[in-house]
Amino acid sequence: MSGQSTAGRKVLSLILLIAGGCLLVGALVLDFMGSPLTFRGTMLIIGAIGIIIGAYLFPTVKHHRKIINILFLFPLLFTFAVTVIIPLVLGVFYSLTDWNGIRFNNFLGLENYTSMFKEPAFIWSILITILFVVFNMVLVNVVGFLLALLCTSNLKGLGFFRASYFLPNLIGGIVLGYIWQFVFNNVLTEITEKISGNQASILSTTSTAFAGIIVVYIWQYAGYIMLIYITGLTQVPKDVLEASQIDGANRIETLFKIKIPMIASTITICTFLTLTSAFKQFDVNMALTNGSGSVADFMGSYLTNGTQMLALNIYNTAISKDNYAMGQAKAVFFFIILAVVSLVQVRISNKKEVEM
Amino acid sequence: MKKKNVISVVVTVVAVIVAVYTLFPFYLVLMNSFKNANDIVASPVSFTGVNVTQWITNLSNVINNSNFNFWYAFGTSLAITVISLILLALFGSMAAWVICRNKTKWSTAIYMTFIASMIIPFQVVMLPLISTFRDVGEFIGVSMLQSIPGIVFAYCGFGGAMTVFILTGFIKNIPYELEEAANIDGCSPEGIFFRVIFPLLKPVITTVTILNGMWIWNDYLLPSLMLGQNGRVKTLPVAVQAFVGSYVKQWDLILSAALLAIVPMIIIFLFAQKQIMHGMVEGAIK
Repeated sequence: MSGQSTAGRKVLSLILLIAGGCLLVGALVLDFMGSPLTFRGTMLIIGAIGIIIGAYLFPTVKHHRKIINILFLFPLLFTFAVTVIIPLVLGVFYSLTDWNGIRFNNFLGLENYTSMFKEPAFIWSILITILFVVFNMVLVNVVGFLLALLCTSNLKGLGFFRASYFLPNLIGGIVLGYIWQFVFNNVLTEITEKISGNQASILSTTSTAFAGIIVVYIWQYAGYIMLIYITGLTQVPKDVLEASQIDGANRIETLFKIKIPMIASTITICTFLTLTSAFKQFDVNMALTNGSGSVADFMGSYLTNGTQMLALNIYNTAISKDNYAMGQAKAVFFFIILAVVSLVQVRISNKKEVEM
Repeated sequence: MKKKNVISVVVTVVAVIVAVYTLFPFYLVLMNSFKNANDIVASPVSFTGVNVTQWITNLSNVINNSNFNFWYAFGTSLAITVISLILLALFGSMAAWVICRNKTKWSTAIYMTFIASMIIPFQVVMLPLISTFRDVGEFIGVSMLQSIPGIVFAYCGFGGAMTVFILTGFIKNIPYELEEAANIDGCSPEGIFFRVIFPLLKPVITTVTILNGMWIWNDYLLPSLMLGQNGRVKTLPVAVQAFVGSYVKQWDLILSAALLAIVPMIIIFLFAQKQIMHGMVEGAIK
């Protein structure tokens, strides 16, 4: 690189840095003064771009790598900090105040946390979420595993079956929630009416509606879990299977004594996935029942949120009932449970894998 | 021999029954979108009332409905998904490369923060996120809520952790000698990344793009909170929710809307079936 072009680059880089800096500072000053000028946003962005290009062009051999590192990390770290880290910290803080979604007036300490446990509807949501998670972890894994066995046998048209089992997973929870609402309310009732004369939809009673959510969830998720099990099963070495056959093991023995122990790590992944996703279930719950369902007597009160799981309870507390601080406190509690459960689950599975 | 035949027949029968079960709802949506409201309620399973003119009427009713505004919602969803995916792939691989190739305290700390953040449920950040975005938008004078740039920004933030996690796993296995050789040939660090490393990332970027794409395209909660239920800008899932809310029990309209919402995904799946299934598994195993 010739001396002249280096000097030229240096001047250009400095001009960009200084001009960018001026624009940035100017825009920030306008912002802090509460200026109504609408071009201040554009100014801020142009200033930032100027600084970035200036820094990139800065002619230095020694620090160039460092500058590139920072420039490369910046976009993702910046968006991550603004969307995850800052809201998380603020969220934990807001849960200790009487925040209304915009500002807060008083610091309440743990008051939100103590009062949410006095709310029977919330306790009910916790209980049915746990029930839902347990049911799903077992059922989705069993169904997914059986489907995987089916799809690794020498069945004709395997590709078609595999794709059709996976298909529901492509559809968003809101849309399929409504589709299933139609199935339960219109199609299934017609069938049951013909068979038994009973015309009631299963979504109209709490316990059957809860079962309905589980059915939809399995329908949506089992195909995905199946794919992971298929990958696990095809990685079981062929010679091990052959050896067991020579030793006279029948199909069932091979399954329980060889295949299942050898895919222990896949089982861990799948239980983890079903656990966390069932915990966070929101879309289907909202579209299918929107949490409705009556409970005659729970902790001495009548509930109308029979099928409302935690995530939906948090949403409704904050958005529908406009109680942001309480919703946030519940969300922090939700986060803590989720973190503890996942850590415990990973720990237990790791131990089991080592033993096997 | 005979026993084997019996088993394979049983297996096939089971496979078919399960396939009927998984595909039945799709069949119902498709078939009933050919009927008028009365026929749907009268006999949802049978073919009574199916006709093509009715289908076209239903679809045009939904597409031209001012509450649903299908093409607009579809375009919004497409724009948000595509821009987010491009930015995530680019920024994600840039960040993952820096994290991978610099074994300093900082890069380890950043990596660990990304990993730990994957356990954070959306619910715990959603409420402060809205207020933060509102404040930032007011502060800089560019609306972050109810705008496509704002939601793309949020997806880059939320998708970043998983993207970096999968990409670092891949970049780790690219031999460092490649970069050294390029360096000796006088290639700048950014040149090494864009000319040597980035082209090698194609398979893993496909995986990441599929995982993020499925999630962003189908996501309901984030856009519904950021864009609002009845805001100016709507994504497809938000539009479906708003539409169903205003036409309770009008199944001809609802099912046609559902059909329109699921068709794009199914078309993509038919073309990229292998990549999608492979990508979903890869993402989970890592």
